[in-house]
Amino acid sequence: MRKRSTSWIMPLALLAIGAGAPQAAADTVKVGVILPFSGMAADVAQSELRAMKLYYKLHKAELGGNDITLIERDSKEPSGATAQTLTRELVVQDKVDMLVGYQFSPDAIASAPFITQAKKLAILVNAQSSYIPKLSPYIVRLSASSWQITYPMGPYAVDKLGCKTAIVGYTDFAPGRDVAAAFKAGYEKAGGKLVDSIAMGGPAQVPDFTPYLQRIKDEKPNCVYIFTPAASFNAALARTWRDQKLAEAGIRFLGTGDVTQDSVLPQLGDNAIGWITGGHYTADLNTPENKKFVAAWYKEYGDKVKPDFFTVQGYDAMAAVFHVVKTLKGKIDADKAVAALKGWKVNSPRGPIMIDAETRDIIQNIYVQKVVKKGDSLGIEVIDTIPAVKDPCKELGVGNCGAGSPAKK
Amino acid sequence: MEHAVQAAVSILFDGIAYSMVLFVMAVGLSVTMGLMGVINLAHGAFAMAGGYLTVTFLGNLGLPFLPGLVLAVLAVGAASIPIEHTLYVRIYNRPHLDQVLLTIGVTLMAIAVATYAYGPSPLSIKLPAFLETQVGVFGRDFPAYRAFIIGVGVLAFLALWAGFERTMLGAKIRAAVDNRAMAEAAGVNTTRLFTLTFALGSALAALGGALAVDLVGLTPRFALQYLVLVLIVVSIGGFGTIMGAFAASLMIGVIDNAGRYLYPEGSAFFIYLVVILVLVVRPGGLFGRA
Repeated sequence: MRKRSTSWIMPLALLAIGAGAPQAAADTVKVGVILPFSGMAADVAQSELRAMKLYYKLHKAELGGNDITLIERDSKEPSGATAQTLTRELVVQDKVDMLVGYQFSPDAIASAPFITQAKKLAILVNAQSSYIPKLSPYIVRLSASSWQITYPMGPYAVDKLGCKTAIVGYTDFAPGRDVAAAFKAGYEKAGGKLVDSIAMGGPAQVPDFTPYLQRIKDEKPNCVYIFTPAASFNAALARTWRDQKLAEAGIRFLGTGDVTQDSVLPQLGDNAIGWITGGHYTADLNTPENKKFVAAWYKEYGDKVKPDFFTVQGYDAMAAVFHVVKTLKGKIDADKAVAALKGWKVNSPRGPIMIDAETRDIIQNIYVQKVVKKGDSLGIEVIDTIPAVKDPCKELGVGNCGAGSPAKK
Repeated sequence: MEHAVQAAVSILFDGIAYSMVLFVMAVGLSVTMGLMGVINLAHGAFAMAGGYLTVTFLGNLGLPFLPGLVLAVLAVGAASIPIEHTLYVRIYNRPHLDQVLLTIGVTLMAIAVATYAYGPSPLSIKLPAFLETQVGVFGRDFPAYRAFIIGVGVLAFLALWAGFERTMLGAKIRAAVDNRAMAEAAGVNTTRLFTLTFALGSALAALGGALAVDLVGLTPRFALQYLVLVLIVVSIGGFGTIMGAFAASLMIGVIDNAGRYLYPEGSAFFIYLVVILVLVVRPGGLFGRA
């Protein structure tokens, strides 16, 4: 701490703001949190923040005299513009040591150039578009990538589920097209025959799914692989699936883990029983780490809302923050922080995870999840585990990670 | 060939079911816009209210399906009367911008109230057993609920058409749509007529909202999500005509459905193409006065 012995103002000012006597090494690390606390993803953002706070509460003692303070900002709509402005404000005005958040891919994409310029570590809580970590050397992703979730389900569908023919259906916006490309790549590489790829309307309004499902039914594939962005879409999809009797027609439902997000699974109703999805977390995961996490969650926030993959993404993002603060002993430097996270391994509630030293992206298990009846409600049975999946998009240099990628420098 | 026929049957049946929901939601707006000249962007909020009340009556109070549905529709119609008396009367003679500002404000408040009361998550209703079966139409099986929607839509159309064309009240409304000053001079109490029509329009919106719950689900964003479609139906049908709203709904519903079935990538595009073509040829709408 800089002191001017001739000045009598400084001690007084310190007293006035309650800083007290300057202590030896106690540093408070300021973490800027940028998430859409209002708007259509408000529930998700709240769940992520709560998970961060829960991790802090459970692990505070490990900080050894240092502390972490969260400065929360609402990034509202998914355009990326607000997130970018907030990133600047947090760095320039609030002088944060690092950034955590970015729900929607555009939020992270728009903020990446400034993150590089400002040299601040940015930990992605969601933003699943595969190529994002390539946009800045200071971005580290603790969530998942759309290719990571989708691509391995292609070979799985062919080899284990007997899907000789399949159709991919997706909501027609960037993440949906990403998922469709990833499934096509993984599925066709494994020798499956993709009969059709169906854009099922835009993300602005829940469509009547009837014509899409009717088309699928008429094309008679063994399986469909579906991605839609939100609970409202999935609930309507489940009802139309029942109405159109696709299960009775012998068509198997596969999808991304988004479709069976734990917190909203009950809203799908019994129509979704038997659906199989591939995802990186379910609250019904049967491991000691997860049981401990879920119990702590219910104890802290009540048992009305089940944690889901978003929750655990927030939880692990905070674990990463803790790792950085502990390793650097509270003195945050972006280059050292990224170095500390490269190759970092931890046993998360979602299983063993690791940050890939090369791509700064997460390596994790993908679980094959089946919707089953559990008591009065619905739950997930993990029927298989695809271990330690690396993002295939960057690995193979395909999709928007390949040549001509927006991230190509 | 057989496949093509079957696909056509599907497109027509599902498209018509979808059309009927659009018609029921839009016809109220068409009549109130034609009669009162009010751009009522809160129409979707009344539809949403119908959906939420139906969910409450069926889910929380455990009423059977049909009485619950009817009660929700009547409740929204009744509730719209004081709203018309306190808010809408003030904007009848104001510029369109004022009307848009007030009604969009009402919509945003309705969305906030619905989020507060019901939460942002999607809600659904449990259909009675007789609507969960399948019915066969030209060799294809369809959900009975869609057939029910078509029945309700056609009944609503016939009742409205007969009411407008064959009753004194209908004649008064038509007169007021054509020339309000002249109708007043002839002794028609247009103030009461406005209230009545507004309540009818809101009740129909509520019916549309309630019918749509099982098709697309219900969230607070419902109030805005389907407003564009409803406005499209009103504009290509023409203001204040039952027949216009019916024809426009059928056109939009079937073409939209066919587009989504046959060419999913361009599905959002087809209906806008139809809108452009219709309005270029007939700026006043199919059955409207240019």
